[in-house]
Amino acid sequence: MSTDKSADMNHWQSICKLDEIPAQGARVVKREGKTDIALFRTLDNRVFALDDHCPHKGGALSHGLVYGDTVACPLHNFKISLQTGQAQAPDEGHTPCHKVELRDDTVWLAVD
Amino acid sequence: MQKQRLVLIGNGMAGIRTLEEILKHDANRYDITVIGDEPWGNYNRIQLSPVLAGEQKLKDIILNDLDWYRDNGIRLIKGCAATRIDRERREVHTAAGEAIGYDKLLIATGSRPFMLPVPGSDLDGVIGFRDIKDTEKMIVAAALHRHAVVIGGGLLGLEAAHGLKLRGMDVTVIHLGDWLLNRQLDDTAGRLLEQSLAEQGLKFKLGARTQELVGENGHVAGVRLDTGEVIPADLVVMAVGIVPNADLASEAGLETAQGIVVDDRLATSDEHIYAVGECVNHRGVSYGLVAPLFEMAKVLGNQLGGCGKQRYTGTTTSTKLKVTGIDLFSAGEFMGGEGCDEIVLSDPAGGVYKRLIVRDNKLVGACLYGDTSDGAWYFQLLRQERDVADLRSALLFGPPRDLGDHGTSGASRAAALPDDAEICGCNGVTKGVLVKAIKEQGLFTVDDVKKHTKAGASCGSCTGLVEQVLMSTVGSSFQDAPKRKPMCGCTDHTHGEVREAIREQHLVTLADTMKALHWKTPDGCPSCRPALNYYLISTWPGEAKDDPQARLINERVHANVQKDSTFSVIPRMWGGVTSPAELRKIADVADKFNVKMVKVTGGQRLDLLGVKKEDLPQMWRELDMPCGMGYAKGLRTVKTCVGKQFCRFGTQDSTGMGIALEKAFDRMWAPHKVKLAVSGCPRNCAEAGIKDVGIIAVDSGWEIYVGGNGGIKTEVAEFFTKVKTEEEVLEYSGAVLQLYREEAYYLERTVHYMGRVGLDYIKSKVLDDATNRKALWARLQLALAGEPDPWQAQLGADAAARFTDLTV
Ligand SMILES: Cc1cc2nc3c(=O)[nH]c(=O)nc-3n(C[C@H](O)[C@H](O)[C@H](O)COP(=O)(O)OP(=O)(O)OC[C@H]3O[C@@H](n4cnc5c(N)ncnc54)[C@H](O)[C@@H]3O)c2cc1C
Ligand code: SF4
Ligand code: FES
Repeated sequence: MSTDKSADMNHWQSICKLDEIPAQGARVVKREGKTDIALFRTLDNRVFALDDHCPHKGGALSHGLVYGDTVACPLHNFKISLQTGQAQAPDEGHTPCHKVELRDDTVWLAVD
Repeated sequence: MQKQRLVLIGNGMAGIRTLEEILKHDANRYDITVIGDEPWGNYNRIQLSPVLAGEQKLKDIILNDLDWYRDNGIRLIKGCAATRIDRERREVHTAAGEAIGYDKLLIATGSRPFMLPVPGSDLDGVIGFRDIKDTEKMIVAAALHRHAVVIGGGLLGLEAAHGLKLRGMDVTVIHLGDWLLNRQLDDTAGRLLEQSLAEQGLKFKLGARTQELVGENGHVAGVRLDTGEVIPADLVVMAVGIVPNADLASEAGLETAQGIVVDDRLATSDEHIYAVGECVNHRGVSYGLVAPLFEMAKVLGNQLGGCGKQRYTGTTTSTKLKVTGIDLFSAGEFMGGEGCDEIVLSDPAGGVYKRLIVRDNKLVGACLYGDTSDGAWYFQLLRQERDVADLRSALLFGPPRDLGDHGTSGASRAAALPDDAEICGCNGVTKGVLVKAIKEQGLFTVDDVKKHTKAGASCGSCTGLVEQVLMSTVGSSFQDAPKRKPMCGCTDHTHGEVREAIREQHLVTLADTMKALHWKTPDGCPSCRPALNYYLISTWPGEAKDDPQARLINERVHANVQKDSTFSVIPRMWGGVTSPAELRKIADVADKFNVKMVKVTGGQRLDLLGVKKEDLPQMWRELDMPCGMGYAKGLRTVKTCVGKQFCRFGTQDSTGMGIALEKAFDRMWAPHKVKLAVSGCPRNCAEAGIKDVGIIAVDSGWEIYVGGNGGIKTEVAEFFTKVKTEEEVLEYSGAVLQLYREEAYYLERTVHYMGRVGLDYIKSKVLDDATNRKALWARLQLALAGEPDPWQAQLGADAAARFTDLTV
């Protein structure tokens, strides 16, 4: 069965097991021709997905230190909300977020 | 209601302090005008001595700058004398011809130097020591001339003589008394003082009377004594006493008697006019030190500020001399006499002398020379007129200390003082007040304490005690002393407190530590997590497990992240030495992984730049070299020069020493990056002077320098010690580094750690205490023994999960 991507904006795909992302860490999901996505796992096992791209100078957020539901960019310490992709004041900027879900112990990502 | 007009004559220490006290009580009560004949704001006259000695700058001694007057709505008429007081019309007239009306008038005109009425005292080059102008004249004279004579061997005269000597003049002190400071010291202490000052190069004529000042073309050229002897002098400083400035008052018909007579409320014989400071005569006494004047200011400020009716009943004063390197203290009836017992400790050879005078079981006088650390305590006993019968046998040895405390360090002395012991005599600040301010206002530096309590802000001789109180209040040991700042927003605890809790409560995981210390966030933040992780693994090596998620990316993947999110790989090359085979291997790896650049780093190694994260494990495998930790908060490199093996100057094998050091400290995590260097001779080609630990070979061994830093702000390392053998180099530098690892706060470079605890402290732990040194060195070796190579450790089964990406 083939899927029509344009009709289904929320094209869910299973990506990996929760265990394959380190707690308080991240894992990169590569996409053909598009920005990489960083999958984050918090201390309390929630998962988030953001473009792997800091709004400041493009640092790889997947390299950052995860705490609470925030990630600190490894290059210049911009703090980005995992929930909203918004940089913490006084810094400005936004990183696109992606829908992600944990079903049992599997991480599902909505890719467009 | 219209504000009352308050006029102050005299912009000096006592007058302005009174205004400060008034403002404290009620800032809006008066329209204030200050008339001062000096052309600047209020300054700390006491510190003119250190200025003369070149230990302070004029700008450092300003107490209230012009902004202060403006901010408090005070009109300052400076550089203009008050010339007349018209009591009928309640006006003060100034030299500029202005008449200023007052409702209340405060006279604080201080005093002027007494000039001996001998022929020639009006010659050029003959001055007193009173204000900035005098000080500047002395500084200029010292630059131009050679011979100075100071007449008067009292406190002021000796401070002037000391300053002029330090400025390179040949100084003779002429003193009428048989010994120096004969009004403050007994003959024994006076002689000891003379000896130390003579060692500094001062000359003395004691029991000598000045007969005449001889001049040449209107300028002074010498001082003739009554023995006929003439001492050459291009500058003569008279410091034989002071005369209260009471003329203005007596001309206005106020009661004066060697000073303006005031009652216990500091009121003169005119109820609208008050006087404070050196210009007054209170109960027959005129004071020449600030402590009593500040006490007067407090009483008067309280009264004029509209609060209560304090009374001034006189002050017992104590004496100190502001000559660096000389400690003396005296108070009360230090000479003793009829009906007195004297308790004396006399060790002239050791430079220590103490004499306590006891009458009717009360301490009535003290004279200390060489060791004045108990001065504050004696002074307190004296003023309290406390019965000392029970203390008598041990009185000489200072305040009773807790059992088991054998420490002679100042900190424990300060801790032993009771709350009502006076710490700062000038400003009357007790230990209790200090401790309260330190705790409540979170003060953590001596400067802060000065600003908030004024303790230590006047003559400065109590700074040491203030520091000790600070130390014993903020933390019992050096390391927790200063910073009161919490680690970060996640906790109220300071770095020092966290370190201590980890040690004392034997905490070995981040989660436990956060729980035990009531962290406010579930898993910290990018600033506390790396710090906690470091504290855990450095305190409990082998026991605490390194948490990679508490490390920033460089340390998580053991490579340095670059601006384009690629990494750079730096293999370790011991002591900067490599071989053709190794170079070939590095070149092959560079080719294979398409590195963008191969670069020699500042630390003498090869850096392979532009590596993708997923390639890291394979590169490490193929390099098959140790991880260079080029990114680490830990040992980076040991830079070396060529040394004796090849260099024609080298006296030792610096390369070999560097390799040995690098191997000994390899894999050492630290609060911040650590760099070493070894040079083979004092030409110091390896630039060891700006490294955390720098070693320089000399003919007879190795010199060790510590605390250098070539970073944002270059800091030159300080000489630490000299040792003979290579084993000692390892042991001593290892001990210093281990002390740093155990005590420094995360991200504190060695220079800042050493600045915080003091080099002397480190010396006491490493040089003076051999057992402790060996223990430190052993602990470092133990910590490093279990430490795996970071690259090898990453190559395990889970490397894939860490370094490879997923795809959709
Ligand atoms: C070099 C030096 C070192 C000292 N060291 C110490 C020390 O270690 N410890 C200590 O306790 N004390 C020390 N003293 C003494 C201390 O400085 C004085 O006790 C204190 O400054 C006196 O304060 P005051 O306000 O009475 O007088 P001052 O501070 O002298 O202020 C009086 C001011 O009134 C001005 N004035 C006078 N007449 C008039 C007028 N008609 N119109 C306008 N203005 C006028 C004067 O020019 C002066 O500025 C030292 C003094 C000197 C000079
Ligand atoms: S420091 Fe001395 S031994 Fe080392 S290279 Fe320079 S000159 Fe030679
Ligand atoms: S690139 Fe992320 S903070 Fe600068």
